Amino acid sequence: MNKLVRTKWRELALLVLVPFLTSGCGERYLIMNAAGPVAQIEQRLIYTTIVLVTIVVVPVIILLAVIVSRYRDTPHNKAPYNPEWSESKILEIVWWGIPIVIIGIIGTFTVRDTFRLTKPPTAETPLTIQVTSLNWKWLFQYPGEKIATVNYVEIPTNRPVEFVLTSDAPMNSFWVPQLGGQEYTMPGMAMRLWLQADKPGVYYGHGANFSGQGYAHMSFNVIATSSTGFHQWAQKVKSTAPPLTAVGYKNLTTKQDIVGKQEFSSFPPGMFEADIRINGGMYMKHKLTEATD
Amino acid sequence: MPAALTNFATHFFVLGDPLIYGADASIIIVSIAILFVLTYYKKWGWLWREWLTTVDHKKIGIMYLIAALLMFFRGGVDAILMRTQLVWPGMHFLQSEHYNQIFTTHGTIMILFMAMPFIFAMFNIAVPLQIGARDVAFPYLNAISFWMFFFGAMLLNISFVIGGSPDAGWVSYPPLAGPEYSLGPGENFYLLALQISGIGSMGTGINFFVTILKMRAPGMTMMRVPLFTWSALAASILIILAFPALTAALALLLFDRLAGAHFFTMLAGGNPMMYVNLFWVWGHPEVYIVVLPAFGVFSEVVATFSRKRTFGYASMVASMMAIVVLSYLVWVHHFFTMGAGPGVNSFFALASMIIGIPTGVKVFNWLFTMYRGRIRMTAPMLWTVGFIPNFAIGGATGVMLAVAPADYQYHNSYFLIAHFHQVLIGGVVYGMIAGMYYWWPKMFGHMLDERWARHAFWWFNIGFYVCFVPQYLLGFMGMTRRIYVYPANMGWNTLNLVSTVGAYMMGLGFIFLVVDVVYSVFRGQRDKTGDPWDGRTLEWSLPSPAPHYNFARIPVVTSRDAWWIMKEARRKDTTDVSTTPGVDSVSVTKSKQNAPQTLAQAGKLKPIHMPKDSGRPFILSLCFFLFGWGLVFEWYWLAIIGLLGVLTTLVLRSFETDTSYHIPVEEIEKTEAAYGRA
Ligand code: HEM
Ligand SMILES: [Cu+2]
Ligand SMILES: [Cu+2]
Repeated sequence: MNKLVRTKWRELALLVLVPFLTSGCGERYLIMNAAGPVAQIEQRLIYTTIVLVTIVVVPVIILLAVIVSRYRDTPHNKAPYNPEWSESKILEIVWWGIPIVIIGIIGTFTVRDTFRLTKPPTAETPLTIQVTSLNWKWLFQYPGEKIATVNYVEIPTNRPVEFVLTSDAPMNSFWVPQLGGQEYTMPGMAMRLWLQADKPGVYYGHGANFSGQGYAHMSFNVIATSSTGFHQWAQKVKSTAPPLTAVGYKNLTTKQDIVGKQEFSSFPPGMFEADIRINGGMYMKHKLTEATD
Repeated sequence: MPAALTNFATHFFVLGDPLIYGADASIIIVSIAILFVLTYYKKWGWLWREWLTTVDHKKIGIMYLIAALLMFFRGGVDAILMRTQLVWPGMHFLQSEHYNQIFTTHGTIMILFMAMPFIFAMFNIAVPLQIGARDVAFPYLNAISFWMFFFGAMLLNISFVIGGSPDAGWVSYPPLAGPEYSLGPGENFYLLALQISGIGSMGTGINFFVTILKMRAPGMTMMRVPLFTWSALAASILIILAFPALTAALALLLFDRLAGAHFFTMLAGGNPMMYVNLFWVWGHPEVYIVVLPAFGVFSEVVATFSRKRTFGYASMVASMMAIVVLSYLVWVHHFFTMGAGPGVNSFFALASMIIGIPTGVKVFNWLFTMYRGRIRMTAPMLWTVGFIPNFAIGGATGVMLAVAPADYQYHNSYFLIAHFHQVLIGGVVYGMIAGMYYWWPKMFGHMLDERWARHAFWWFNIGFYVCFVPQYLLGFMGMTRRIYVYPANMGWNTLNLVSTVGAYMMGLGFIFLVVDVVYSVFRGQRDKTGDPWDGRTLEWSLPSPAPHYNFARIPVVTSRDAWWIMKEARRKDTTDVSTTPGVDSVSVTKSKQNAPQTLAQAGKLKPIHMPKDSGRPFILSLCFFLFGWGLVFEWYWLAIIGLLGVLTTLVLRSFETDTSYHIPVEEIEKTEAAYGRA
């Protein structure tokens, strides 16, 4: 029996490890491949907690294996049998104490980073991008550049980007794993998410909160380029792309469909704010001003 | 007219999908088969008298168990369908719409119609017997609870073939679940099914709360109550305090959908975040409602099969109560990313982690109950030992998720999926299966077969890791939950394939479990003693299956592990008590004096007061079903008929005075004699 268990465990370990090893280098593990300061904070925190919880998990599993094999009810088992032994102050203090210490450490880091992430990650002047999740696409508006894109977004590197998020459809969640964690988009509300890319590249983004039939297709790329690259790109969009008219916008929001990338040289001013307002933002004035001031 | 009829039919029945035609066909075939068997063997009367009208907690427990296993099958088939769709990036097995319906029903069924009835099965089967009671506090309410659950579950299940399943996720967030985005009756099915079965759960919570506090045998102080019963008490408290929040959330959403209210749409000033809060104020305690009883089962199993007293009984109880309190303080961890400020997120992150402490303590206590024991690796013990690594890992990933800034990354990813399945399967399902194996002889008078049990366990347990470990990694790779297709260039292919293989292995494990049940009904070893495991608590002092009235004489309890102490006293009758190391000699001497009375051998028998069976709980719940059905399709005339039926049965009950009877002494003597316990 024991031997059987052992071989089964070995098989299991192999099964678990093989795909891990063959799925290529660690680059695939997006949240462990932070490409900016926000994701880096989160990544460090993730590593720290993994190490700390492992300190508890591994001994527990070893202890279990040892105890189960040692105290089996076999005829010749010589291990002590002590059926009434059921209290030990010292032991109980140990296992109330160790988790308390570990949770204390994790908790401290958690609180520190929770506060840290509400502020811009670096001191550069931030860029603001307004994000609206639609049925089933992502609309990005650049209030500074006065351009807009659908299903992809371009950002400059080494500069904090303030994403202001809302939805003109069911709730969704804006997530670019390599740049940092997600935040919900909700109709009638504006939420703020700070992200920053330190390296140029194309980063995978996806809506993370289920929003209906076309939800699986709601992916977008975040393209990070140098500051000059970004301005050239914005200039190009400005001069080559068609404008987004009020009618065009209406089309985007009401048609439930899946579209490819699009870009627009302009959009009706105040569209984002108006959208929040008509979706119920009029009942939540403080939120609206807070996010857009 | 025919045009109107076809139009009605195409909206009423779900058409155009071969999978659903298959389901239609199998539902019809199974129904006809059941009707045929009942009629052919003339079993209708028996079914009505013995089951549909029963108020016996043991039979109600068995019906819960059957329902839970059937729903586990249904939810499991859903899981296999989903995993099949995800096996490869561009699969064309399920359409998006269909996939969405399946994960919604899978989640809903597994939590509300599998886990809940499973724990209620165990409550009903074990709690009254463990505390030396003849019944629950409110037997009639107990029957209502069961039938409300049953008809609620039916309402949700029928939606697959009639009207269409809900598809907004088991959490059913507005606005997606609101009238604007979820047309058709699917979402109504969800709301009403949960509402109706929720009434039943509330009843069970109240029932067991009162039963445990009020109906314990003389001498059973709270600190002598078996740990499973403690866990039932803890879960009952959670039910009583948590379910009203769900009821409110569902009712308000129903108003939004049917009456055009705007509780949860921003237009006209409602707020969807309110729904999310209400849902999780119930939802987080809910996961403890289902997992605490599993902890209770593990505590019983570990002590019994290590032949040892539970280690740290007092801290087991304390940790359970700590969890009860803390579980109300953590609900925001389900939406750290919904824009609460850092202060709020920090508070809920810390509270969530702190729950890990009492939970961890329980794991150590189980380990040290085994330490210096004599461990028998029977089927219940196998599932218990299998649970511990699961829960250690699941608990650890839970702490990881509680770290709010890290959760911004894990949230809604496969990491989360892997985590909650690890605790819900590794905790709840393992616990309930352990409990099922453990109490099976008490329910049916025969054992389940150990050989098949091993096949079932190993396939399920290994399949479990093969299925869910890759999902942790997929989470790190950025794979989001609830997607039915995914890009091929992300490196997710192999891991998804492996995960699907694991799901099939678990499916095979479940089939072996069913084989075990069927095999054992015919070939399983019969339990003549009533105490096949050499148990420690009072249920094992009774014959298997226990007689209708449970205890001919109510036992007098003098210590924890009452039955074990009585047996020890008998075993040690001739030897000096003080030679046994560590024995609490006071309790042993005391129990020695009391042993004769408590063993149902002394004292005069008295007539036993029992509740009468009644068909009304069944009819009442059937009327609720009609009411719900009427609202689902907005056929208000039917809803009103159903509601009138509900009111009528309630009024009739209130005029009924003759609700109980006495079992005469001769009959008790006869029954006891038949068990060889004159
Ligand atoms: C028996 C093996 C099981 C397998 C293979 C399985 C598989 C799955 C899969 C593939 C999903 C959908 C993931 C997605 O598309 O996002 C899912 C979701 C879910 N499962 Fe399971 N599951 C199993 C058992 C259970 C059990 C026992 C429970 C609860 C007691 C459970 C509760 C849930 C819940 C609540 C969801 C979320 C549904 C939603 O997103 O609305 N599952 N499961
Ligand atoms: Cu909000
Ligand atoms: Cu929770």
